Amino acid sequence: MRTRTRILVVSAAVLTAALAGFSLAPISAPSREQVFEIPKGTWARRMAGAQIETLPDRIYLTAGVRDVLVLKNRDDVPQIFGPTLMMPGQNFSLPFDRPAEYQFACTAHASGQMTIVVDPYPNTPWARLSWRARDLIRRL
Amino acid sequence: MKKLLRLLTATLLLLTCVATAAPLAAAPGTFKSGVFDPPRQAPNFSLQGTDGHPLNLTQYRGKVVLLAFGYSSCTAVCPVTLHTFALAVRKLGPAAAGAVQVVYVTVDPERDTRVRLKQFLASFDPTFIGGTGTPAQLEQVRKDYGVSARKIPYENSYVYDHSSFTYLLDRQGRIRTLMPYGHSADDFVNDLNLLLRE
Repeated sequence: MRTRTRILVVSAAVLTAALAGFSLAPISAPSREQVFEIPKGTWARRMAGAQIETLPDRIYLTAGVRDVLVLKNRDDVPQIFGPTLMMPGQNFSLPFDRPAEYQFACTAHASGQMTIVVDPYPNTPWARLSWRARDLIRRL
Repeated sequence: MKKLLRLLTATLLLLTCVATAAPLAAAPGTFKSGVFDPPRQAPNFSLQGTDGHPLNLTQYRGKVVLLAFGYSSCTAVCPVTLHTFALAVRKLGPAAAGAVQVVYVTVDPERDTRVRLKQFLASFDPTFIGGTGTPAQLEQVRKDYGVSARKIPYENSYVYDHSSFTYLLDRQGRIRTLMPYGHSADDFVNDLNLLLRE
C-alpha cells in the first residue's frame, strides 16, 4: 500500500513538473525563420504536368519566436512565390512583428491567395501550453 | 519524499523566473519590409510621367524610390498607401525627403490620363510622380515587377484587384525590399532611413 502511494505521488509530481515545464518555460526556436524553397527543376516539372505545391495555403508564425518568412527560389527561372517575383537564386525574408492574419495574392496557389497567420507571443502559462500543443499538432 | 517536493518547488520557481523573461525583440537597424538577397537591378521602363516628361526609372538613380502600382479611382488600397507615403515623407524631414521619390504606376490607363493621375497624386503630395502609358506598356512593366491587376465589373463601371505592395529601391536602382500593404508610416521611415544611410 505504501509503495503504491509512493508511486502515485511520484507520478503526480512528475506530471506536475512536466506541465509546469511546458507552461512556464519560455517559447523559443533555434531560428526565427520559417523557410520555404522552390527546388531546382520545379518549373520544368510543372510544364510536364506535375502538380507541385511549394507553399502551403496557410502558414503559421509566432511573433517573437518564429516570425520571419523566408522564401528561396532555387529553380532556374523567375517565380512568383508568395507575394513577390523572385529571380533564380534569390532569397526573400519577410519579417512579421504584429500578430494578425495576412492575406497575400499568390499565383502559385489554386485559390490565388496565401494566408499567413501570426500568433501573438504566448505570454501566459496557459498560452504557452496551448502554443506547444498546437505546434505539435501542426508538425504532425 | 520531502526532498522530492523541495526539488519540485525549486524547479517551479526557476521556471517561473525564466518564463517572465521578455521575448526576443526585433533587432534594431533591421528592415520592417521583406528583404531580397541578392538584390536585383530594377527593370527600367519608359512611361508618360505626370509631370509632362517621359518617366524613366533610371532618372532617379541617387534617390531612394518607393515604387507602387494602383489607380486613381481606387477607393480602398491606393488612398491608404499614398497617405502613408505622404506621412512617411513628412516624418523624414525636408533634407531626407528630397532624397526620396515616390513613383506610382497606374494599372488603369483607360481612366488614368496624365492630368487625372497628377491631380490624384497631388492631393497627397505634389512631389509624387505618376506613370501612365499604353495597356501593352503597362502590362510589360507589371510583368517585370511581378505585379497583378485584374479588371472586375462593378455596378455600371469596374474596379481593379491589384497588387498592393511597395518596392523600395536603393540609390543604385536595385530592388532592395518589398513592403506589404498595411504597414505604418513609421515602418516606411525606418526602412527609408536605413537605405538613405547607406
